[in-house]
Order: sequence, then C-alpha cells, then structure tokens
Amino acid sequence: MIEHDVVVIGGGPAGLAAAVAARQAGAEDVCIIERDKRLGGILQQCIHNGFGLHIFEEELTGPEYAQRFIDMAQQWCVHSMLDTMVLDITPDRMITVVNNRDGLQAIKAGAVVLAMGCRERSRGALNIPGTRPAGIFTAGTAQRFVNMEGFMPGEQVVVLGSGDIGLIMARRLTLEGADVKMVCEIMPYSSGLKRNIVQCLDDFGIPLRMNHTVTKIHGKERVEGVTVAAVDQNRKPIAGSEEYVPCDTLLLSVGLIPENELSRSAGIQLNPITGGPVVDESMQTSIPGIFACGNVVHVNDLVDNVSTESAIAGKAAAMYASGMLDESKASIKVKAGPGVRYIVPNAINLTRVDDAVTLYFRVDNVYEGAALRVLTDKGILFNIKKKIIVPGEMQHIKLKKSFLTKQGDIRDIIVEVAGEGK
Amino acid sequence: MTIRNITCILCPQGCNLEVTVDGDSVVQVKGNGCGKGKSYGAEECLNPRRIVTSSVKVIGGEYPLVSVKTAAPVPKAAIWDCMRAINDVSVRAPVSIGQVIVENVAGTGINVIATRNVAKADDMKEKICI
Repeated sequence: MIEHDVVVIGGGPAGLAAAVAARQAGAEDVCIIERDKRLGGILQQCIHNGFGLHIFEEELTGPEYAQRFIDMAQQWCVHSMLDTMVLDITPDRMITVVNNRDGLQAIKAGAVVLAMGCRERSRGALNIPGTRPAGIFTAGTAQRFVNMEGFMPGEQVVVLGSGDIGLIMARRLTLEGADVKMVCEIMPYSSGLKRNIVQCLDDFGIPLRMNHTVTKIHGKERVEGVTVAAVDQNRKPIAGSEEYVPCDTLLLSVGLIPENELSRSAGIQLNPITGGPVVDESMQTSIPGIFACGNVVHVNDLVDNVSTESAIAGKAAAMYASGMLDESKASIKVKAGPGVRYIVPNAINLTRVDDAVTLYFRVDNVYEGAALRVLTDKGILFNIKKKIIVPGEMQHIKLKKSFLTKQGDIRDIIVEVAGEGK
Repeated sequence: MTIRNITCILCPQGCNLEVTVDGDSVVQVKGNGCGKGKSYGAEECLNPRRIVTSSVKVIGGEYPLVSVKTAAPVPKAAIWDCMRAINDVSVRAPVSIGQVIVENVAGTGINVIATRNVAKADDMKEKICI
C-alpha cells in the first residue's frame, strides 16, 4: 500500500495551491491525484486574460496562472499521479485509485484535501423542451473544443445564460468567425462580471437579452433554431413573446455545481445551498482529516480567491497529518442572514485562527445603497456601506481575531444585508 | 463634437458614461460615479486597447494547439488584423511559455507570445508521474 502525508484530489488551481501550502507547512510527502494528463485543471482552457491580479499583481491568462503554480509545485517536490481517477475515499482516509499503468491501487493518506472543482449544469438540468439534436454544448465544452482541440462547435450561435464562461465564449467564437446572435439571460441581471459584458458582448455588438430564455430547441439531426421568449417576474415565459432564432449551435452557461460524488460517498456533510462540503475556518469538512477547497466547496468567480482559500486547506492538512492541528470542535457557527445566500466557512474555532479569518459569501439579489452587517449573538460588530452589491460578485470580509474576542465568548456570527434598496 | 455612451467596467455599478469627444480630446465625461470612472471614460474613447488571446496550431506537439496572447494591449481597431495574423501561423513543438509566435503583429509593434508549454508528442508517452 502506498502512503502519503497529504493526498490532494484534483490538480487544478485549488489542488495546486493546497499541495504547495502543505509542503510549505512542513508535510514532506504530498501527492496530487489528477484525472487529466496534465496539471492545471480548467485554467488550461481559459486562455483569456484577467487572472492573477490579486495574487501576482499582474494580468495573466489561465494557462500562465496555472503554470506559476505548477512550477511552485515542482520546486517544492510535490508528487503527482496523472491520468488517474479516484474511485473512493473512506472516512479513515483510504483512497482507491485506478489508472492505465498500475490498475487499481489503495493509498493511505495522513490527511486528504478535496479539490475536485465543479461541473457545468447541462441541458438535462434545465429541461428545455424540444428535440435532441447535435449542436447543444455547455460553454465550457465548447471552450475546450475551440481553445485546446481546434474544433469550432458551429457557425450560428445562441448562448443561454450570461455567466462568465458564456460571455467569454461569445467573444471567442466571434473572433473565430462565428455569428453569435444573442445571449439570453432569464434573470433581470447578469451573473457575469461587468467587464466581461462590456469587453465580450458590447465590443462586438452582441445583444444581451435580460429576462429572456430559450423555450424550445428545433432540429432533428442538428440544431436548426431555438425559440426565445421573454419571462415574467416569476421567470415564466410570457405567451406571445416567442421569437424563432435560426442557429446551428446552442451554448449553455447556466451555472456550475461543485463536484462532490466522492465527498458524498465518504459521508461528508454537504451544504444544500452550495452543494459543497460544510467547512470550518481551516477548510476542514465534517470528517476530521478531510479538507476541501476551491470550487468543490463553493463556486468562485476569481481564481485568486481559490488559491488563497486552498492554501489554508493545504496548511491545515499538513498540520493534521503531523498531529499538530488542534482537534477541539469549532464553537462559533457562521450563518447567512437575510439577503445573504450562503457563506463560507460555516464554523470557526478561534484557537486555530492565527490572526484573522476571511468570510466569503454571495448576496441573493442586487442591492443598491445597502450595507453589509456583521453581528454576533451578542450584538452588532460593524456595518460596511456598499454602493452596490450583486450576486455575481463574491463578497469577502476579513475578521480580526482580536476583534472577535472583544465580545467575550460568542456562539454565532451572522452576515446580513441591512437597509433597503433592491 | 460627438457624444459616446459607454459602460464603465471598473466596478459592478457599471455607470453609464456619456463622453463628449472633440477631435482627439475629451471635453466632458458625465454619469461617472467616481473619479476613476472619468479617466476610464476618457481613455476608452480616445485610445481603447485590448489584449487579444487565441490559439495557434502546433505541429508535432502533445496538444494540437498552443494558447497565445498579445504581450500588451493592442488598439481595439487592430483586433481583427491580429486574429488574421494569428490564424495564419503555426509553430513546431516544443513551445515554451513566453516564446514569440508572431512578431510585431498587424504592425502594432506588439508581439504575440505563447501562454503555455507544449512538449513534443513523443516525449509524453507513458508519462503518468512527474
């Protein structure tokens, strides 16, 4: 049987940052298990720029950002098993893997870091009526085809969903000669970054139809067109607003779901809102010694945040593996109050916090002129005035340890949106 | 004098800027919520620039394509010429990150460089552990 101090599952940005941090924190034998032939994860196909502004203070493309961490992993002698699939993890950290070379293997880990990332929601999750022709892709699949494999998914494209990948792909396909007819967004606001709306759509004159969705897909062998309709406040299509748009390709950019098959079968408690493991300030899941970080926990919009969060998980995993992590229970619960959809982490053990803990969360709607309020079971800690808060941009608040001990022993920390103004 | 309406991208507020341009100078920026928006509006009207990213064919590589970018932002008006130049070239493996793929693309004075490493195809056989 193979043994490692820390085993990281997934070699994308989360796994790489966790592995490097685990080595830096003293774990001698750290191994990344990756199912792809290469490290880097989804960043390999995100060839656009805009990554790394916070961590490296320069604007990198996805592959460049990944390479920085791959280089660090090599410098720190992180091992990796590529082209290898993890089949199972047990609560006592036995990992079953399979690959072409060695067949089935068992690995015993001193600590495990889950960094499997997320998956795209597909047509099946939306139940769009119509036929089942070729030409329907998730935006990420199309991205891989165009950017890594050199295939164009089609010539006349409609994009459903204005998530960042959809916006990026609208530009990318346009640059490669496709006619992108429109991007439809069922919500009254886009979940994509403003910068992407301007530089991917406005720059190329691609219309963004808010409060619109695809109600039917046409075509037998290949997509021939879609029916687009306006929706009401309840997101139900408005009769009479239907419009037929001829196209040969429909791209779906309709959300990402943390990929937690392994977590679930290990019996790790999941948060029903995020679909990812419930974690504490050290990114430890409900099973001691198993940590989680990055998009497997909650879907991030900036890779920089993933790297930062994953370093916490990697460090804590190294400490756990060497018996240095305080094993007392996290006594403070962190809760999402009104206006906040979810918050990470879900619990804090102050004895494990060195200096400060950062809370990451998303609001549930667009709020203008509101405030973010942080309170405990003993009263309000502070308010932060915000000009505008949108669900598409993750918020974070750093809480100093000294500040949290000011009120004595607290049991709950709640973050909420205070004041009106939707 | 012409008036241009653009959306500020500096924060999620996305102010609708109304920029009045006279020849090659900006006379007025309206609708900006902050000082930064004013300079963004002026710059975006007088000299809009973008980094262009794409991929280039690789001969004999572990992957059929290598991702590339312009090493600096190019004038927005040159985007299509850059794309044509990028689509016209191919490169032989191995390719290393930062390698110049197109020099002085579309006469902008800016190079197109590789943004990832691509090894030769035969170097990668049977390689599971690094």
